[in-house]
Amino acid sequence: MIQTALQTEQITKTYMVSGGAFRAKRPLRAVNGVSLKVPTGSVLGLVGESGCGKTTVAKMLLGLEKCTSGDIRIADASLKSLSSKQVARYVQPIFQDPFSSLNPRKRIRKIISLPLRALGIGTPAEWDKKVDEIMEVVGLPSRLKDNYPNQLSGGQRQRVAVARALIMRPEVVLCDEPTSALDVSVQAQILNLLIDLQTEFNLTYVVISHDLAVVEHIATRVAVMYLGRVVEEAATAELFHNPRHPYTQALLKSILSPDPGLGLPRTHLGIAYPNPIDPPSGCTFHPRCPLADETCTQQEPQPEREQDHLVACFKPSPSKEKTHDA
Amino acid sequence: MKHLLEVKHLFVDLPLPAGMLHAVRDVSFHLDMGETLSLVGESGCGKSITALALMNILPPKAIRRAEILRFEDTDLLRLPDEQMAQLRGAKMAMIFQEPMTSLDPCYTIGNQLEEAILEHKGISRHQARERAVYLLDKVGITGADSRLKQYPHQLSGGLRQRIMIAMGLMCGPSVIIADEPTTALDVTIQAQILELLASLQREFNMGMILITHDLGVVARVADRLAIMYCGQVVETGYTADVFANPLHPYTRGLLDCIPVPGKTKPGDKLGSIAGIVPTPIGDLFGCSFRNRCPQAGADCVQNVDLLELSPGRAFRCLDRPEGLEVSS
Ligand SMILES: Nc1ncnc2c1ncn2[C@@H]1O[C@H](COP(=O)(O)OP(=O)(O)OP(=O)(O)O)[C@@H](O)[C@H]1O
Ligand SMILES: Nc1ncnc2c1ncn2[C@@H]1O[C@H](COP(=O)(O)OP(=O)(O)OP(=O)(O)O)[C@@H](O)[C@H]1O
Ligand SMILES: [Mg+2]
Ligand SMILES: [Mg+2]
Repeated sequence: MIQTALQTEQITKTYMVSGGAFRAKRPLRAVNGVSLKVPTGSVLGLVGESGCGKTTVAKMLLGLEKCTSGDIRIADASLKSLSSKQVARYVQPIFQDPFSSLNPRKRIRKIISLPLRALGIGTPAEWDKKVDEIMEVVGLPSRLKDNYPNQLSGGQRQRVAVARALIMRPEVVLCDEPTSALDVSVQAQILNLLIDLQTEFNLTYVVISHDLAVVEHIATRVAVMYLGRVVEEAATAELFHNPRHPYTQALLKSILSPDPGLGLPRTHLGIAYPNPIDPPSGCTFHPRCPLADETCTQQEPQPEREQDHLVACFKPSPSKEKTHDA
Repeated sequence: MKHLLEVKHLFVDLPLPAGMLHAVRDVSFHLDMGETLSLVGESGCGKSITALALMNILPPKAIRRAEILRFEDTDLLRLPDEQMAQLRGAKMAMIFQEPMTSLDPCYTIGNQLEEAILEHKGISRHQARERAVYLLDKVGITGADSRLKQYPHQLSGGLRQRIMIAMGLMCGPSVIIADEPTTALDVTIQAQILELLASLQREFNMGMILITHDLGVVARVADRLAIMYCGQVVETGYTADVFANPLHPYTRGLLDCIPVPGKTKPGDKLGSIAGIVPTPIGDLFGCSFRNRCPQAGADCVQNVDLLELSPGRAFRCLDRPEGLEVSS
């Protein structure tokens, strides 16, 4: 039976933000009813444009932000019922920027062993041994142990972040833009490493990235978010070959694969960026949607699942023959 | 034929406490009207410094040398500072890497757009405003009148980037240098902004230098490209040709690093380039890529010249791919 490593049930996060000078605080729904299920050993890709709520979902999964409503289940227990130590043993993050996410005044070995020390797991001698082991796993030369972050290259720093996440031997690793700050040659090294480690330790990943080629390369399933909601979710090959939501279609069309001669894509997306404090009525995508009609401006489309492919749209493209090459 | 812009043997040195940083080393290229040339390479390879050297806005202690630095009929090397300032923002415009730091938070969008044109061209405030409205419309910003009264922080990143483009175009430049104009943006907005730049370029027949590290952007937008490594151009040519027949091992390495939808199988190992980019400080010799190069041999400690295969097609490596013919 396939086990579920991580599950969210209708989670929402509402921030109260000031609506401008002299105005009362107003609610901003950063995450608005997201339900996801991540099987053990799989990779979920989370994509969508800036501000759609990806990082907020990640923070909630780590227990760093409380859900305003809804529930998160990890290893069949509600996140609410677990101590932060239990959560940290199970889920660990790798954040975007290897330059600012590492404490510049700490030596590498301290940075990597931080989760162990913070949670009081093991003894100093054990910490040292674990650091040595994990540095070898992620391909960091042990001579760097006593260096400071600014003495490392970008790729080495990101390996430190990977090592720190893995030293707890978590089940789930949450990668929020793990390679965006890196050059392509370094990005390739880190992606290869993440893929190797995943097969070796049967890890479960949630990977947030704006680079859709990266997501297609690494993810098992992909969830597309728009203004706090999941608008489409399917197996990676299915989603990339048979996108049904007009937003997903525009997103995929915008990928600039390195194909000279293809020229620039035309997306037909309106340019009106939505304001999350004042979201559009009905389907929140309607002001930018080429297909929108009356219904879309008035009613919210409910997510519907057909052949394991979820889409929330009144006018989804017809489902094609299932793709078999995945 | 005379090129719109010609750069021959450009060097930029930056004195640092650790020694002399050779940020740009013997860079040559040219640009014609209506053409897009891309400068490509990983962080720190000297793309922005090359652009700043053309505009003569390098950091204070930087030393610039070149054999030729010519724009239309103007010798930029011998141009007095005031005249260079006239040219900048008028016929030669630049869109900077970070829109937030290059827009002044204290002035409205309208003020900032109109400033340059009022300075450079003897036109009225009213005419300047008309031009600003016209260009905002061109870059896809509706309701220009109210936008002009807004301040930079009131706009999203995508809108700010469009404003930067409009600002670059205010005086009708013949060359525009765009430094990573879409790097901070979402893919959907990126595609729209690049399409916009390309169409404005066609309309005004501008030459464009597009600086980016994104090979996808280069493939779709550039006519020609120059790949930089450690301050040098290591390969240059027509875009389709370079992607189809990369000649330098670094170019081949870069192309192998990116997952290509439909070509790279999901989950497969990506190619990668071992090691890290050296910083070009102090005395340099030989090929800068040799310590990371899979083909490197004993000869690579010698300095390597750029070998020109045909007009516009050149590379800097001792290793000649098999069957390569060098025309004279
Ligand atoms: N602490 C906070 N207080 C108020 N609003 C917040 C807070 N954190 C996030 N937001 C808002 O919530 C929304 C979602 O933000 P989030 O950081 O999750 O987006 P994202 O999808 O990760 O975007 P990006 O791709 O830019 O990282 C945004 O509108 C953001 O401005
Ligand atoms: N103001 C400065 N003072 C000292 N060194 C500098 C300065 N600006 C750039 N450099 C150095 O000059 C070299 C070239 O930098 P440049 O900014 O041209 O790189 P780039 O190719 O534009 O990189 P990126 O893709 O990160 O923008 C780098 O080694 C950089 O560290
Ligand atoms: Mg984020
Ligand atoms: Mg730069």
